[in-house]
Amino acid sequence: MTGVPLSYIFRNLWVRKLTTLLTAGGMALVVFVFAAVLMLAAGLEKTLVQTGSYDNVVVIRRSAQTEIQSGIDRQQAALIAARPEIAVDSDGGSAVSKEVVVLVVMPKRGTNKPSNVTIRGLSPRGISLRPQVHISAGRMFRPGSAEVVAGSRIARGFQGARIGETLTLAGKTWTVVGTFDAEGSGFASELWGDVDQMMQAFRRSGYSSVIFKLGSSADFDKVRGALEDDQRLTIEAQRETLFYAKQSEMMSSFLSVLGSILSTIFSIGAIIGAMITMYAAVASRTAEIGTLRALGFKRTNILAAFLIESLLLSLVGGVIGLGLASFLQFYTVSTMNWQTFAELAFTFSMNSRVVIEALLFSLFMGLAGGFLPAIRAARLDIVEALRSV
Amino acid sequence: MWSFLLRLVLRNCLRHPLRTSLTVLGIVVAITAFGLLRTTIDAWYAGAEASSASRLVVRNKNSLTFSLPLYYRARIEQLEGVKSVSYADWFGGIYIAPKNFFPRFAVEPRSYFELYPEFVLPPEQMKAFVLDRRGAIVGRKTAEKYGFKIGDQIPIIGDIFPGNWSFVLRGIYHGADSKTDESQFFLQWDNLNETMKKLAPDHANEVGIFLIALERPEDAPLIAQRVDKLFASSRAQTLTETEKAFQLSFVAMTEAILTVIQIVSFLIIVIIMAVMANTMAMTARERRGEYATLKAIGFNDSHVVALIAGESLLISLSAGAVGIWLLYPLAEWVGHRFGSIFPIFLVAPRTPLLAAAMALLIGVVAAIAPAWRASTLKVAEGFRGIG
Repeated sequence: MTGVPLSYIFRNLWVRKLTTLLTAGGMALVVFVFAAVLMLAAGLEKTLVQTGSYDNVVVIRRSAQTEIQSGIDRQQAALIAARPEIAVDSDGGSAVSKEVVVLVVMPKRGTNKPSNVTIRGLSPRGISLRPQVHISAGRMFRPGSAEVVAGSRIARGFQGARIGETLTLAGKTWTVVGTFDAEGSGFASELWGDVDQMMQAFRRSGYSSVIFKLGSSADFDKVRGALEDDQRLTIEAQRETLFYAKQSEMMSSFLSVLGSILSTIFSIGAIIGAMITMYAAVASRTAEIGTLRALGFKRTNILAAFLIESLLLSLVGGVIGLGLASFLQFYTVSTMNWQTFAELAFTFSMNSRVVIEALLFSLFMGLAGGFLPAIRAARLDIVEALRSV
Repeated sequence: MWSFLLRLVLRNCLRHPLRTSLTVLGIVVAITAFGLLRTTIDAWYAGAEASSASRLVVRNKNSLTFSLPLYYRARIEQLEGVKSVSYADWFGGIYIAPKNFFPRFAVEPRSYFELYPEFVLPPEQMKAFVLDRRGAIVGRKTAEKYGFKIGDQIPIIGDIFPGNWSFVLRGIYHGADSKTDESQFFLQWDNLNETMKKLAPDHANEVGIFLIALERPEDAPLIAQRVDKLFASSRAQTLTETEKAFQLSFVAMTEAILTVIQIVSFLIIVIIMAVMANTMAMTARERRGEYATLKAIGFNDSHVVALIAGESLLISLSAGAVGIWLLYPLAEWVGHRFGSIFPIFLVAPRTPLLAAAMALLIGVVAAIAPAWRASTLKVAEGFRGIG
């Protein structure tokens, strides 16, 4: 004997439209929240993964956690820049950039609320170390001038950061001459200008960090050992990818904790909703169940039928919730990263992992909510059940 | 008549004990979660809430990561209306591992604690701190969490100020009231400055912020302007604001996260509303015959509506009450567990009121559709289902 036909299960959901809608709607909202948190975490990860290049090395002062906290004086920077492992660019120069990074409070566009923006002073060589950065409008700043280019997120989100506008930083006026796209990387949340101009304006006598590209990727351990063992240097060298991943460890773990707490609490509500619906379905169909059993369907068939009904219900909720969540991709979240103390913008990002996890989560809710009612249905006695007709 | 209806409502609630208890459980969870999320938002604002309007904070106009020269202190002190000036530096650092976070400041001991009477410290401990350049003071909560005792050596690895630091605990402060942050750690600014003189003379005699105590709090805007004007053409320009505005600017930086928590706190109410509405819709559907009977024997529409609304409200409000009752011990647990993120995690007086309003809303909304259907139900139609 095969199982209860699917059309029977489907029609049961169809006939009680309001109940089905309310139960699936509750689940859809839960899946929406679940997916939203996953998408936020995925978006953050995507931004950070794309910020670093595997072959680039970031050198900062030992035990400094960020470029802002770090300081490398000119002598140390010169020693680092002289390493033979550094790649040679096509023009014969070595691919190394001594940079200064500062945080400046700027008012947000629209709300006028202040936020910390990362300002990076670098050389043309530094720009070529970030192949993901492209000028999308205007042009690159001219070395030695009081010109800056704004990452796309900064240009959009902060006052005075659009092309042609001027900014006052450290008492000096700077003209925004271009906007750059950074392929979703964290550089889009930065403002770039000439390194010497920045050092002068912000009265920095040393650099914040030194970034270089490895001639051969395999040389990393060698160059790190050489730099960190050098008695004249008090620095730490990290691959750029790892460096940026560590910058947002706190934010990632915050998102995952928030996500798991919220999904747990929310799913309790949705599971209860499903349970109520399924218990009611069993109670109102006692006679039908009796009839099905009398026709020869086994207890396991009944169990399966009710479980499938519950799973179907939750799947509908899951699909609706994911559909709603997909609209979030148009939104950008811009907030302060506690570790760097600077503004970081990232988008909700939907990928196959988010879709699979959200659907599995909704099916789990359906299973958890439908299990006990399905058991009750399966354990009904044929004679008793038929008597209720 | 109405007492009869009330009894009927009570009986109705108990007809499906499983369904009722599941619904109650759902609402309890939702209301408690709602209360906790609101408390989280309040905790975000706790720093601003506890700050005083009679204190001003002076910082570098560029951003907090830039410092100000120490000699500004003497010039600010000369301004009329300024009672006293203190200064502090965010020290940062790592205690064993980055996850052991508690705020660490380098302060000028006497003037700082005069400015913050809410940090209560026994006089002999204060004296010991002032006398020991390597001394430190820590709040009660942090001391309890890490088991610090007076006389203990506390090692800190510097991140902003490099080096392996070690401090001797000289005192443990208590908060004057429940809103005072008891998690902070203070070291002597002189200790920091001596080291900076040796290691990084460029950064010596520089402070993070100045704190101004005012003679009259109402002078705050005027004095803030005067301070900024005083240094308008100096190498380090200043930005002066009340301590409250200063704290709120931190909150504003993470506003996006706050907005998310706010939205989510209402979403959970919407979700449970759907669950409750479903319960009431099913209940009313099953009792169409009864409503028809009641109408047939002379009860009118308002009685039927009262019957449904009464049941819905009874369930939602009693569940809401349980949820609010559970909120307090849970908030205490969360405050204990996440003390390093939220030093102050207290249920605000308006939170239970808001939660009760949400429970009321759940009950009302869930009753609308079934009450409408039952009141417009024609008696003959209602009996049709009965076989």
